[in-house]
Amino acid sequence: MRALVVATMMGIFITVVSAVHPEFLVSPSFAVNPSEVLKDPALETRARDVSQNLRCLVCQNQSIDDSDAELARDLRLLVRERIKAGDTNTQVIDYVVSRYGDFVLLKPPFKAGTIVLWVGPVLAFIGGMIALVLYFRRRHQITVASSRRLTALSEDERKRLEKLMGDSS
Amino acid sequence: MIAEAGHYALTLALFIAIVQATVPLIGAHKNDSFWMSFAQPAAILQFLLVAFAFGCLTIAFVTSDFSLAVVVHNSHTAKPLIFKISGVWGNHEGSMLLWVLILSLFGALVALFGNNLPPGLRSRALAVQAMIAVGFYLFMLLTSNPFERIIPPPANGQDLNPLLQDFGLAIHPPMLYLGYVGFSMAFSFAIAALIEGRVDAAWARWVRPWTLLAWCFLSGGIALGSWWAYYELGWGGFWFWDPVENASFIPWLSGTALLHSSIVVEKRDALKGWTIFLAIVTFSLSLLGTFLVRSGVLTSVHSFATDPSRGVFILALLVIVTGGSLALFAWRGPGLKSDVLFQPISREGGLLFNNLVMTTAAATVLLGTLYPLMLEAMGGGKVSVGAPFFNATFVPLMVPMLIAMAAGPMLTWKRSDLKPVLNRLWIAFIAAIVLVLVVWQIQGGAVFGLIGTGIATWLFVGTMVQLGERIHLFRVPLGDSLRRLGRTPRAAWGMTLAHAGLAITIAGITGAGVWKVESIQSLMPGQSVSLSGFDFKFQGVKQIQGPNYQATRATFTVTQDGKAVVTLHPEKRLYVVQNQPTTEAAIHSTIWGDLYAVIGDPEGTKGAYVTRLYFNPLVVWMWIGVMMMMLGAAMSLSDRRYRIGAPKRTRQRIEGAAATSLK
Amino acid sequence: MKSMNRTLFYVPLAIFLVMVVYFAFGLTRDARVLPSVLINKPVPPLVLKPIEGSVRGFSTDDLKNQVTLVNVFGSWCIACKVEHPFLMELKKSNVVPIYGIDWREVNRKDGPAWLKRFGDPYTRIGDDPKSKAAIAFGVTGAPETFIVDHRGIIRYKHTGPLNYEIWRSTIGPIVDQLRRDQVKAKGTS
Repeated sequence: MRALVVATMMGIFITVVSAVHPEFLVSPSFAVNPSEVLKDPALETRARDVSQNLRCLVCQNQSIDDSDAELARDLRLLVRERIKAGDTNTQVIDYVVSRYGDFVLLKPPFKAGTIVLWVGPVLAFIGGMIALVLYFRRRHQITVASSRRLTALSEDERKRLEKLMGDSS
Repeated sequence: MIAEAGHYALTLALFIAIVQATVPLIGAHKNDSFWMSFAQPAAILQFLLVAFAFGCLTIAFVTSDFSLAVVVHNSHTAKPLIFKISGVWGNHEGSMLLWVLILSLFGALVALFGNNLPPGLRSRALAVQAMIAVGFYLFMLLTSNPFERIIPPPANGQDLNPLLQDFGLAIHPPMLYLGYVGFSMAFSFAIAALIEGRVDAAWARWVRPWTLLAWCFLSGGIALGSWWAYYELGWGGFWFWDPVENASFIPWLSGTALLHSSIVVEKRDALKGWTIFLAIVTFSLSLLGTFLVRSGVLTSVHSFATDPSRGVFILALLVIVTGGSLALFAWRGPGLKSDVLFQPISREGGLLFNNLVMTTAAATVLLGTLYPLMLEAMGGGKVSVGAPFFNATFVPLMVPMLIAMAAGPMLTWKRSDLKPVLNRLWIAFIAAIVLVLVVWQIQGGAVFGLIGTGIATWLFVGTMVQLGERIHLFRVPLGDSLRRLGRTPRAAWGMTLAHAGLAITIAGITGAGVWKVESIQSLMPGQSVSLSGFDFKFQGVKQIQGPNYQATRATFTVTQDGKAVVTLHPEKRLYVVQNQPTTEAAIHSTIWGDLYAVIGDPEGTKGAYVTRLYFNPLVVWMWIGVMMMMLGAAMSLSDRRYRIGAPKRTRQRIEGAAATSLK
Repeated sequence: MKSMNRTLFYVPLAIFLVMVVYFAFGLTRDARVLPSVLINKPVPPLVLKPIEGSVRGFSTDDLKNQVTLVNVFGSWCIACKVEHPFLMELKKSNVVPIYGIDWREVNRKDGPAWLKRFGDPYTRIGDDPKSKAAIAFGVTGAPETFIVDHRGIIRYKHTGPLNYEIWRSTIGPIVDQLRRDQVKAKGTS
């Protein structure tokens, strides 16, 4: 029981960490050209970070960081331009979202429309665990009740038992 | 002429399937052995006809018969022979023919090897299998006929998409379909059991081999797809949570649950409802995958050319098959109750937990894949659900299960004690901590990386501990232990291999996913780059001519501490017929990681080229791990206990012995 | 308790049927079209240089005080060639002014050469070699056409080539409606 609680808490911890810090999962880019790379490595890392969360709109399911498409390249340049001009990561993303909608985010935003998406899995797991616990508890109650019934002797049986015990002594 | 013969054979197969779907079913209901006897010959005949049709289509491709539309759209005389053959299934119509080929193959195998099955169960299962086949034959003959002609035939074809002209991708669909369609057999057995109203140990024994076979191939098919993406697409990535990739992964998750759940039915006569449910769901998810890929409902890199009428047909098929089976489950499922009890801490309990987690994981990936569609249908705008979502939800969900996996196999049936099991696992725990600390030192503190390392180590050492337990290692003389090892049943080896293989796969995924190193730069011939202790020297490019492409071929000599390691030749190709460029990365695999080189476009005017160089740690561990899992499945399959339907006889013997002893 | 157990068995079927409804919906639309989030928002403020050989660049201020179409095209775009004759028709009949954005030309001469060859339906054209304007408009491919009202608000986006059928059923009526709105607005001011 305790093990399960610990495991669930670990799971929630990891979910929160990764939801808040996607950079733990930053993978190298496969499409960035040397000419696009910013001189300042800190800014470049930020640019890559932002790019990896933006969807390439003329590809299927790739980020602009991964895609060789023209529009992806232009968006990468736009991202770098705005970062150089002083925008924060959030501001750059907000700008692109204001042009293309939430569809451009590879990580779906957490808002009213997507609550089911984000909360669903955790709820399903917890719900399942609760169902398991209830199931076992009910089984236990049935077992206890039926074994009590089984082991309860009737009047006749008790008299016979006493007689037998009396006989053997 | 050959195409006509193939077409005719396919139509005949449809009619045989209609007979197979009805007559044996009625026979089982009336318990009439004559009617039931139609099942086996029909199944074998159906397979032979489809195999013939498939052969005709293959001949058409190999001889470049451009009077067939599908050959025109997907082939070309200059294409190498092996890709002419693989082009047969590299398109929608041909791949559907492959689908029904494997569907009828499994039916024929049950017909041939199913003689010790109770005839009622066999007839019903083959009938259900035939019903599915009827659906697909109709689909093909009405909307996706591979034998359709083009008149007048053009002089040459439009060639196969160059991305598909590749060995890995050639065997990827057959493996995948052997998996998907293999689960149809478990499905058919499940429906047969629901109709009969009975699920018992014999049923589970019969279902397990087919499920193992399907699972084995599906695992291989998914890994092949990943491997192909890794070396072909020039990105070094291997998994993108693309809807179509997910469509193959979700049935794998529920198929794994099915495999484990059927063990409980067989050994302990419990979890019947779960197992039937999982058998229905797994095949339904395979069908759903087919729908998603071919209907255009979701955006994906993989989608075949979309056609709404095809989408409607498959959806109708899905409604009938899945809706029908779930309705049957709702109606007859409750009747499958068993009174077998077990404690929460027991092997049954562990497997029940496994069911829960795998099903939730499958549902999670399904939710993420379908959510954009659902939200849009409700007017909520368009959203993307990409890798960040799945990494944030799927990974944490699997963690508790992977931890439990080390302990589970050591729990006893019905009632078990967790403490002694955990005590035996102390060494796995220590090993995990040690390795995490070591890796932290070497590679840095990426959270996912450390978690992956810890889990993989825990699982691997834990599995070894389990094996050690089995042979009483260190508790009896070594000779005795070794003897026990020799007597270990194959199914137990299978489990050990599979679980250890999973641990190695996780280690590979962690390494390749979290700790890749890359270097992108513009290089002139003669310049060098240093990466992860290796020196890559760019020697320049050459223009070359291939069978159906032109290419720029680069040369890199790689050294480590001055010693030569390998020469890499990445290429950038242009396939002339479709005017499509592809990048062929050059990869050198070592046990600790892959050296990966890509040549890009020329930059500037002085002969410099954009080059991308990577070091991808532990990539081969992913492939080795999956091969271990497949080997484990094969070992379990080869266990002779499956070929002898023993349980009934054993129980009678024991009951007989008990009866005599009580007298 | 037992009846609750029975209903539990119906849950998967219920979930499946709900999913089927969504799939049926999904079959009715094209997954590749991205609806615009700029509907009813002002046109992004832009000043675009003219293409080579022309002096008529445009800024989004030009779009005010009239109902206009903004069309994104490129000489590399095959579908643009398909819709081009229809745009020429629109110009000839003087129904609505069309402003063009020449998107992502590799060579400065490509755009003008293409227009010279196939005709120029545009009142003004802006050059957009780096996708600045395209991104500002949320464009993902060419051709795309926006309807802008007299206040400079984007009212509709059409993805893909225009033709007479689409004009008659969708674009035309919207343009007419917006014109009427403009007259009404002028009347009350």
